[in-house]
Amino acid sequence: MPSRACLRGGSRREPAIASARHPAFPAGSPVGEGVARPSALRLASGRGRYTDDQTLPRMVHLAFVRSPMAHARIRGIDIAAALAFPGVVRVVTGADIATVCKPMQVTLAHLPQHVSAEQWPIAIAEIAFQGEPVAAVVARSRREAEDAAELVAVDWEELPAVVDPIAALAAGSPMVHSSLGSNLAFSARFENGEVDRAFAAAAAVVEHRFDFGRVACVALESRAIIADYDPTERSLLVRQSHQSPHLMQTMFARHLGLAEHRVRVIAGDVGGAFGSKLHVYGDEIATAAIAVLLGRPVKFTADRLEAFQSDAQAREFLATGRLAADRDGRILAIDVDLVSGIGGYSIYPRSSLGDGLQAATFLGAAYDIAAFRSQLRVAYQNKVPSGALRGVGQPISCSIVEQLIDLAAGALDIDPAEMRRRNYLRQGQFPATSKGGLKMTELSLVPCLDRILELMDYRCLRQQQSELREAGIHRGIGFATFLEQTAPGAGLYGPGGLPITSQDSCIIRFEPSGTVRCEIGCSDQGQGTLTGIAQIVAATLGIPLDDVAVSAGDSAGAQGGGAWASRGLAISGEAAHAAARQLRRNLLTVAAAVLQGNLEDLDIRDRLIVDVADGRERLSLARVCEIAYYCQDLLPPEVTPELSATSHFTPRTDPYFIANGIQACHLEIDAETGWIKLLDHWIVDDCGHVINPLLVDDQLRGGIVQGLGAALFERCVYDEQGQQLTATMADYLVPMAAEMPDITIAHVLTPQPGTALGIKGVGEAGTIGATAAVWCAVNDALRPFGVRVGRQPFSPEVILTALGVIPTPPVVDPVNPNDEEGDMQ
Amino acid sequence: MKAPNFAYLRATDLPGALAALDSYGTGARILAGGQSLMPALNFRLDVPEVLIDINGVAALTGIEIQGDVIRIGALTRHAELEASAVIAAEAPLLAAAVRHVAHPAIRNRGTIGGSLSLADPAAELPACMVALEAELVLASSAGSRTIGAAAFFRGLFETDRRPNEILVEVRVKRQTPNRRHGFAELSRRHGDFAVVGIACQADVADAKVAALRLVVFGSESFPRVASHAAAAAQGRVLSRALRDDIVAALLEDLDPSDNLQGGAATKRQWAQILAGRVVAQITAA
Amino acid sequence: MDAVTRATITLSVNGEPIAATVPVRQHLVDFLREDLGLTGSHLGCEHGVCGACTVRVDGIAVRGCLMLTVQADGRRIETIEGLSESGAIADLQAEFVARNALQCGFCTSGMLITAAALLERPRAMSRGEIREHLSGNYCRCTGYQAIVDAVASVLAGRIAAGAGDR
Repeated sequence: MPSRACLRGGSRREPAIASARHPAFPAGSPVGEGVARPSALRLASGRGRYTDDQTLPRMVHLAFVRSPMAHARIRGIDIAAALAFPGVVRVVTGADIATVCKPMQVTLAHLPQHVSAEQWPIAIAEIAFQGEPVAAVVARSRREAEDAAELVAVDWEELPAVVDPIAALAAGSPMVHSSLGSNLAFSARFENGEVDRAFAAAAAVVEHRFDFGRVACVALESRAIIADYDPTERSLLVRQSHQSPHLMQTMFARHLGLAEHRVRVIAGDVGGAFGSKLHVYGDEIATAAIAVLLGRPVKFTADRLEAFQSDAQAREFLATGRLAADRDGRILAIDVDLVSGIGGYSIYPRSSLGDGLQAATFLGAAYDIAAFRSQLRVAYQNKVPSGALRGVGQPISCSIVEQLIDLAAGALDIDPAEMRRRNYLRQGQFPATSKGGLKMTELSLVPCLDRILELMDYRCLRQQQSELREAGIHRGIGFATFLEQTAPGAGLYGPGGLPITSQDSCIIRFEPSGTVRCEIGCSDQGQGTLTGIAQIVAATLGIPLDDVAVSAGDSAGAQGGGAWASRGLAISGEAAHAAARQLRRNLLTVAAAVLQGNLEDLDIRDRLIVDVADGRERLSLARVCEIAYYCQDLLPPEVTPELSATSHFTPRTDPYFIANGIQACHLEIDAETGWIKLLDHWIVDDCGHVINPLLVDDQLRGGIVQGLGAALFERCVYDEQGQQLTATMADYLVPMAAEMPDITIAHVLTPQPGTALGIKGVGEAGTIGATAAVWCAVNDALRPFGVRVGRQPFSPEVILTALGVIPTPPVVDPVNPNDEEGDMQ
Repeated sequence: MKAPNFAYLRATDLPGALAALDSYGTGARILAGGQSLMPALNFRLDVPEVLIDINGVAALTGIEIQGDVIRIGALTRHAELEASAVIAAEAPLLAAAVRHVAHPAIRNRGTIGGSLSLADPAAELPACMVALEAELVLASSAGSRTIGAAAFFRGLFETDRRPNEILVEVRVKRQTPNRRHGFAELSRRHGDFAVVGIACQADVADAKVAALRLVVFGSESFPRVASHAAAAAQGRVLSRALRDDIVAALLEDLDPSDNLQGGAATKRQWAQILAGRVVAQITAA
Repeated sequence: MDAVTRATITLSVNGEPIAATVPVRQHLVDFLREDLGLTGSHLGCEHGVCGACTVRVDGIAVRGCLMLTVQADGRRIETIEGLSESGAIADLQAEFVARNALQCGFCTSGMLITAAALLERPRAMSRGEIREHLSGNYCRCTGYQAIVDAVASVLAGRIAAGAGDR
């Protein structure tokens, strides 16, 4: 047994942030404080208003008839019996939808080699995945709609399906879309430096094969939409559980041929999203199209089975990675081959390439690597289309590189933490561009490493690990240095010609009583972004937090991109800060006129107009607002009181903001059963200035648990016919409370340059690094056995297979690459 | 995921429930706790003609000692088993096992009769009943009959219950001074169905095994009595060596099936490891 | 007694007497949400796994999606709305808010009702035991730690208050 206990999780209860005062705000301002979200008590009292909670007059309900097969041709559809069912209003086929709606098809102007098929909101001729809609029943209740949906008779011609991405790319494979002539959706090769020469000269070459199972977002609230069309005004009002209402406004207008200003999309309370509610789904476009056909409100709420059969899944990758290092542990080159399966369609309108492109280009960006090569092949297959999921591709690149570094460290007998330290980009090297093309303004890799080693009492933990191994207890320690691409600017989607804005706006005004309303272009699914906006606005205006009301999620309100790529506070925060500064100036202009002074001599502090010089109270803010709204006659004629302001922001000096950090995982493997117990998890994150540490830390923890779930439990399993075998929550295992560890958090602060607030995003950091840390920890624990795993999730059976305890590989999933040992040279 | 159309009948006494069962035959389902039936209905995996709700049948409730047996009414909720002082003292195996059944809200509704009648191969209570050599009482309008638990469970979701019968109570022998128990299961997450589990009772006299009833569940299509393991233990002194022999003999008893959590070979490994752990519990008791 | 496809029932919901005629196949949460407008109870999976629909029936936490409305005849139902208005779990709600033990809020009603059961007869519990008690309620947002912190804190508070009473 260990001679002493290490500092495991010892500092968990201390505040994670040594609260560094933000230089842009005065002491005592709410910025930097862990204030609770004003909306939290409402949600915790059952007063949330999620989409499905709402009911409109004359509203009807939809149930979709979905394909039971993964690949089939529709010979005919008989709707007569369904139409005659009591309570049924209408039965709609793809051909009906086509009378009012344009099809979806991904085109990327900057990547013309990405081929994609046309996708109808409801399939007309052929389906490409199990669960694709083929008809919709409209009825007075969901119950009756489901009853009648069972009566829709589809004459199917089943076609051969292909599910394995490698098989899909092989000659002679069944075609997912015969019109495309190939299942290859995209391929690219990224090369920089003398890769082959580096491998030939290396002291150590390690290789590992990675099988990343497909995973699902599993937001607890499934997708939901209520579309209400008024033919008299040709206007469409949509309430939708979505991350990006402005995108949806544009999409509904384009596909239904409506004027954009007559379409309004409101995303009220949203019960989690994680990427799954970022896309344009056929069933949601169909719901709006049916509202147009009927001229009355139509509700569609996906049930859990439909969620598994239609929500974007993600991260199905098979990869082989090689890493070359010299005798001192310096990484000379990495070479990674990636094959990804994206399902039956490239998801609209963003495409399904994000996962692959980010995985292939972000590899090893934190390290000073001389030579880099990655090869990416993206395959169509008869599965649910893939799309965005927290981290987009980055958990893949992070896991591959971190695992390869551990293997190389092992081969060279260098401590894994030291191996990382020797290869990090150093302070003098920034701004830097990685060999894969990632642009990094400034990172804090070494300080993060130093901090986590201290936090976890690393030397003690290693000592304990080796003592416990003697006693037959197998623990593993895994590190994951991660980068997080946050707040991308127009360079991400603009070149593709997509109507996706990276810019957020803020519209802000004083009410006559001196309180503030603020509309913002990001959206909030519980991250707390709107609370952060309120903190920035209150601090900028010198008013209490409670005096600010922030709204978002309405396409009729302030324009913006919504929630994706950890952009909320980094982009909307800048817009809010700029708008609030303008509003402050506008208010002080009025105050100066009233006081017949200079606006530069005045300040707002705690709802009062004061003299900058001595803090002497001059006038209440409320009085200035009263005058501005009701008594303009007291002002000189040349002063027009303008107590509102608008501002916009998108990153311009940098293409995006790169946050960084490191995680460490500590776990124990029961070598008899293969069960893994998570013991501890640590993260040191650098997301620049923190506006609200309470909310930032909750983002990190939630993200980590999502990554732990992928590593240990989650996988969408399909059989060879493309039937999804894990389409219930009893079969698709999400992380629950009992198996998850307490997580210790610390921060390092490197402000984002070129911005007023120095914020980088934080929403995906946890997920990006957590999976990688588990990969490293599991294989660290298995080192004494001379084996390693390469297949996610690390189920007990995967562990036992690796240990050789059981002879056969897992039986159910056809995808099972062998785990091969690396070469030593 | 809305349940299909069916009719509903609330029985207020056992004869009424049995009469309804007679008239609807295989189109009827008995609604007890509903914790497995309701998901099947919501998924429309089951489309019954009528549900006969027996929750109002008072005769089916209660846990009481009757001479040398404990009578457990079929409507007894898992939470009641968990909280029962009688169960803790007189059927400690059951008390140990029931904590592994799902989660508190499920245990508050789920019933022992429902669990046994459904015969989910991964459920804890059927295996415990076999290990405890419980007797199950089945009633029909023609009368009632009693059957041993080992004979009751016949296959995957298959029991000896006839369509016109309701499981009304369970009779379990009371704890004796010589009786020891062991229970262990592996589940992917806390409260999940067992991937493999073992419920075990042993009569131990003078440190020797007089009888071992080791029952494997989860991996098998029904609670599997490990007869080879029992034979290996018979009359022998509890020891490390015996444990190894039991574990080795168990292999002859197993007939596991593949599923998402593991293949047959994996499940054999798990069952053997668990058997070793359960025998260790019994040895240490 | 005849089998019926619709049934008239009387029950108490959050202290209010209710009479209603419902299709017998309707589960309890659909009734609460659709017929009574009590939308604080959520449907996350409708097969008893996620816990978002947890409500109290006769004081006991149950899965609302795994019970028929007709089975609530004569019963006393409490939902998050009633528990909020009565103040019965105000300390727990305050702690959830203060620790940000909820993000999107969709799991929160069920999580609170599940946690409240543990707080009714407070006894000292380890964090592991609290985690096990909550393990039938899925939360994708928080990673559970803040929820465990909140429950542990209220539990400690109630134990201390109980000790003070004696």
